[in-house]
Amino acid sequence: MPIFFPSDEWIKTMMVDLNNSSTYLDAAKNWEGDLYFIIQPGGNLQKPVTLYMDLYHGKCRSAFEVDGMENPPKPVFEISAPIENWKKVMTKQMDPMQALMTGQLRLRGNMAIVMRNVRAAKELVESCTRIDTDFPV
Amino acid sequence: MWFFSSPAIVFGESSLSYLSQVPIQRAYIVSDANLAAAGLVKKVIDHLPEQAQIVGEYCAVEPDPTLETAVQGARLMLDARPDWILAIGGGSVIDAAKAMWILYERPDMQADAINPVEVLGLRKKARLIALPTTVGTGSEATWATVLTDPRENRKLGLGNRECLPDIAILDPIMVQSLPLPILIDTALDALTHAIEGYTSTWHNVFSDGLCLKAAEMICATLPCCVSDPNSTDYRADLQNAATIAGLGFGNSMAALAHGMGHALGGIFHIAHGKAVPMFLPYTIDYSLGGEHDSTRYRPLAALLSLPASTEQEAGANLAVYLRELMSMMGQPGSIAELGIPRHEFEANMSVLVDNALNDTQTIMGTRIPDLPDLEKLFRAAYDGRRIDF
Repeated sequence: MPIFFPSDEWIKTMMVDLNNSSTYLDAAKNWEGDLYFIIQPGGNLQKPVTLYMDLYHGKCRSAFEVDGMENPPKPVFEISAPIENWKKVMTKQMDPMQALMTGQLRLRGNMAIVMRNVRAAKELVESCTRIDTDFPV
Repeated sequence: MWFFSSPAIVFGESSLSYLSQVPIQRAYIVSDANLAAAGLVKKVIDHLPEQAQIVGEYCAVEPDPTLETAVQGARLMLDARPDWILAIGGGSVIDAAKAMWILYERPDMQADAINPVEVLGLRKKARLIALPTTVGTGSEATWATVLTDPRENRKLGLGNRECLPDIAILDPIMVQSLPLPILIDTALDALTHAIEGYTSTWHNVFSDGLCLKAAEMICATLPCCVSDPNSTDYRADLQNAATIAGLGFGNSMAALAHGMGHALGGIFHIAHGKAVPMFLPYTIDYSLGGEHDSTRYRPLAALLSLPASTEQEAGANLAVYLRELMSMMGQPGSIAELGIPRHEFEANMSVLVDNALNDTQTIMGTRIPDLPDLEKLFRAAYDGRRIDF
């Protein structure tokens, strides 16, 4: 059954997918850095949603929706986009790198880490595309 | 949504004279020692406008320039305050000049963090003119810059759309004395750009025609140029074809042969123009084993009058054609033929594979290898074996 995106259930499902992926484990073995997925409103999504993932050496150590927390994490990376663009990337209608280069997805963080670990970034996106997802747009 | 980016291109005989029309006040020259000694830097300087002052020269770019070279050059530019940077050389020089330019404009950035995602805000201090002296790099027409991290023996594929040169000047006089072995290496690099640019997953209608035209020109001209190496016309054709290929792949990306070539070159210091074309027939054969009809070799093969009734036939014939062309040009057909001892090759396999998997170009191919496949690919390329997996 499709899981609603963006939600706490969805990001926890992605955590399971990543932790079951030997490809991701290998691709991200040098990756250290947690991140926010920031989903801006659109369609039936009325307000921005922030999802958090703690990624460390090929494993996801925790994942949750950041909602009303007193001390939310301050991650190394942030990827933000309107929900419509997230959907296009996650359903493979838009190449994630081209989306970043054309400003349809925005990435903030230490770019030296990203440029040395492009495969980890690619496998992260691959994981998103594997989840049976229900979008609000 | 995507972009097509191009510098202003000035080409043909006497195109160096265009420099006198560029409003240069404070020029900074980036080149290498050999080109300076050969008088090519002076040829360019002689054409600068009267008011132009040379405020600095960095004529020490090494083959496979390092991150530190970019930092050093930028530091010197910060003191010299140029308003135009002139990159005179092959891919190493032009790539280094792009990175120096970025760090001169953005001293807050790290060299290894130059990325295609951020808005850099270049051109507040200077602009860039590229004057290629080889027939292969294409860097004069792309926004990519490849820098080496010597601590990791790794080439990093960096760049940003803003660091595309403002002007590329292709004067045949700049390649007239290019030694034949380097001419062959670089022309085959340009052919690889054309083929990978046409077949990468980012291919598009604006880059397709450029890639096909460049491939046609190089395949037709290179053997003639080798037979008649002093012909200015053949050299000019190859020079133009290299920039056309640069425009093509610069707007659609290269692929796996570049990823593997960068990894090999970073560790064993093999020239880009030797390593990358050598891998191309192997990566074509490998790509043919991917998703059904995901490749697009038929138009390329047809252009070369090779049998191409199916993608499989076209790709297989293209790979054979390239092997024969490279053999005819005296190029290595395997890693062993590059003179790398097997024990050194095997000792570096894990780094080789890791760097190739994380190369920005590897993920642009239609079939992206996983770790075991990439090991098999490297070993097959070492032995000169055909790809059958």
